[in-house]
Amino acid sequence: MKLQRKNRLRALSLGAVAVSGALALTACGSDNNNDGASSTSSASAKAAGSVKCDNAKGNLLASGSTAQQNAMGQWSKDFMGACSGVQINYKGVGSGAGIQEFLQGNTAFAGSDSALKPEEITQSKKVCSGGQAIDLPMVGGPIAIIYNLDGVDNLTLDAPTLAKIFDSKIKKWNDPAIAKLNPGVKLPDLAIQAYHRTEDSGTTDNFTKYLKAAAPSDWKYSGGKSWQAKGGQSAQGSSGVAAGVKQTNGAIGYDELSYATSNKLQMAQLNTGAAQPVALTTDSASKAIAAAKIVGTNGDLSLQLDYATKADGAWPIVLVTYEIVCDKGNKADTLPTTKAFLNYISSEDAQSKLADQSYAPLPTEIATKVRSAISNIS
Amino acid sequence: MGISTEKTSPAPPAGNAAGSVTRFGDRVFSGMTRGSGILLLTIMAAIAVFLTVRAVSAISQDHANFLTTFEWNANANPPVFGIAVLLYGTLVSSVIAMLIAVPVAVGIALFMTHYAPRKLGTPLAYIVDLLAAVPSIVYGLWGALFLVPHMEGLTSWLDHYLGWTVIFDQTNVGTAPRNLFTVSILLAIMILPIITNVSREVIRQVPQAHEEAALALGATRWEVIRVAVLPFARSGIISASMLGLGRALGETMAVATVLSSSDVLSAHLLDPGGGTFAANIASHFGEATKLGRDALIASGLVLFVITLLVNGAARVIIARRKEYSGANA
Repeated sequence: MKLQRKNRLRALSLGAVAVSGALALTACGSDNNNDGASSTSSASAKAAGSVKCDNAKGNLLASGSTAQQNAMGQWSKDFMGACSGVQINYKGVGSGAGIQEFLQGNTAFAGSDSALKPEEITQSKKVCSGGQAIDLPMVGGPIAIIYNLDGVDNLTLDAPTLAKIFDSKIKKWNDPAIAKLNPGVKLPDLAIQAYHRTEDSGTTDNFTKYLKAAAPSDWKYSGGKSWQAKGGQSAQGSSGVAAGVKQTNGAIGYDELSYATSNKLQMAQLNTGAAQPVALTTDSASKAIAAAKIVGTNGDLSLQLDYATKADGAWPIVLVTYEIVCDKGNKADTLPTTKAFLNYISSEDAQSKLADQSYAPLPTEIATKVRSAISNIS
Repeated sequence: MGISTEKTSPAPPAGNAAGSVTRFGDRVFSGMTRGSGILLLTIMAAIAVFLTVRAVSAISQDHANFLTTFEWNANANPPVFGIAVLLYGTLVSSVIAMLIAVPVAVGIALFMTHYAPRKLGTPLAYIVDLLAAVPSIVYGLWGALFLVPHMEGLTSWLDHYLGWTVIFDQTNVGTAPRNLFTVSILLAIMILPIITNVSREVIRQVPQAHEEAALALGATRWEVIRVAVLPFARSGIISASMLGLGRALGETMAVATVLSSSDVLSAHLLDPGGGTFAANIASHFGEATKLGRDALIASGLVLFVITLLVNGAARVIIARRKEYSGANA
């Protein structure tokens, strides 16, 4: 008996080690989905020249949105490569949890897919002695309309059609509403399976904001980070939606551009009312962000995106992720590092690298305002 | 085990009168055991109090009936959330998982103890143990990427031949089967090892004399199992199943990854939709406001109570049949 138990334990632990090892590998793999090092070593060597370290030192903790995690990973690597003795640690825990940790004073700044609510700004006065938290837009995340339809390589949709598809009002691909937008395309008689996110997410928030703004009569829900429509399929995480759409013929979903490109998924074009249907690129997403209005006050730069924009070549479904930081009253030991790092990531050089990872860089006008706001942080 | 490989233990020290003398070491040990027991009760009470306080504050702010509402919009204004769908989904998926897993697990246990040659039984036991070592997220990924596409055939077969039962009627034919039925099958695989292991140990406890007596009366192997083994092991198998049920009720990541959750309460098991307590907590916790978190804790409290009831029921069943039970004595 004793002997057997020992053996079994050994087998168990071996199995556990093997499996958890495999898990660790897949976990790294699933999160970071830029295939290979898209930013070459020469680029990071060049970065070393443009980073100003400005007394940066020690450990900097930040956490929040998973949407900007890949960008943060690349930026921290470049920054730490240029400045010795600095550790930048950004955990992707989700925007809500990131704001929570920041308000408890555990992190130097938070990343979030949505701007702070008024009550959160009030709460932030506790951590920012003499100041309050401000939103600094930093990364544009284009949201693609991904689909999987054998034999249909070009698909154009518009907001009312999308709203009806995701509200289970249009159930078949050969529905007249879709056919009208795609003259000459042979659409199959196949059920549409619309994928949305299971868990609360900024991607859902921005996608439904777009539906509400561009097709108010077809999308009656109040919006928010939770999916409210009935029906359709839901999947966990950006990668879950991408995997679901990839394995189901007749599926459609919304997902960040990087997941669409890394999974080689078909992407629909949008008829926004502009002269030509718009295809999604990092440029067309940046164009839409340029049309945004700054609605923050007291140095807060939170943006109101114009989801119903009809500007030529502007892709309206984008999310902007913010860095949330104290305008005054930052902790003395982290202030220099925070400032130096934020200075770097808002610099032209760091922003220009975003497109490699399928993010949209900030338009010049907004980037300038962000830089001047960072220089006033104390 | 046949041959004991243990060394014989050294003779006990002299002058050890049985039980009449209490030594310092005994007192320390009994104090430690009592302390552990009290500590456990204190921790459980603390958890219950914490859950209750947070849950009450959330339910008092709920703008809908907590027990009968379908949707979960705790972050909305006004907050509206309820557990009807979650309760239904949790119970249905766990019960179906039990219906699948218990017969299979008992079968495996009997095979290992009564049918398999020793050379095969032992490796089989290891393999079943390994099933328990796989993290649930891996089950979830396997379920989403492998099981779901491979369930399509079975799903359409069930829909075609058993659609008249309503339960197996797929209303939207051709949708990916990311439904409660697929989740149940996944849960069944996940709870298999614990039920198998405990059942195997219980079946091992059956007195040799009973089996030999049955054999002497001319019983076949199956009759021996029916008249001697199963009646003796029944309460142990029930408690093993309850352990498995507890697991199925609380499974989080695997369900969250495989199920296409929605606020729909439907008798059609093959349609995507529904949800479970644990998976709902996992998918809403990351972006929840304070009230949202409290609301999730309230749903967790309901799950806590259900699990307590399940374990309590198992205890009652075992206590009633104590005289027969070789295990859990």
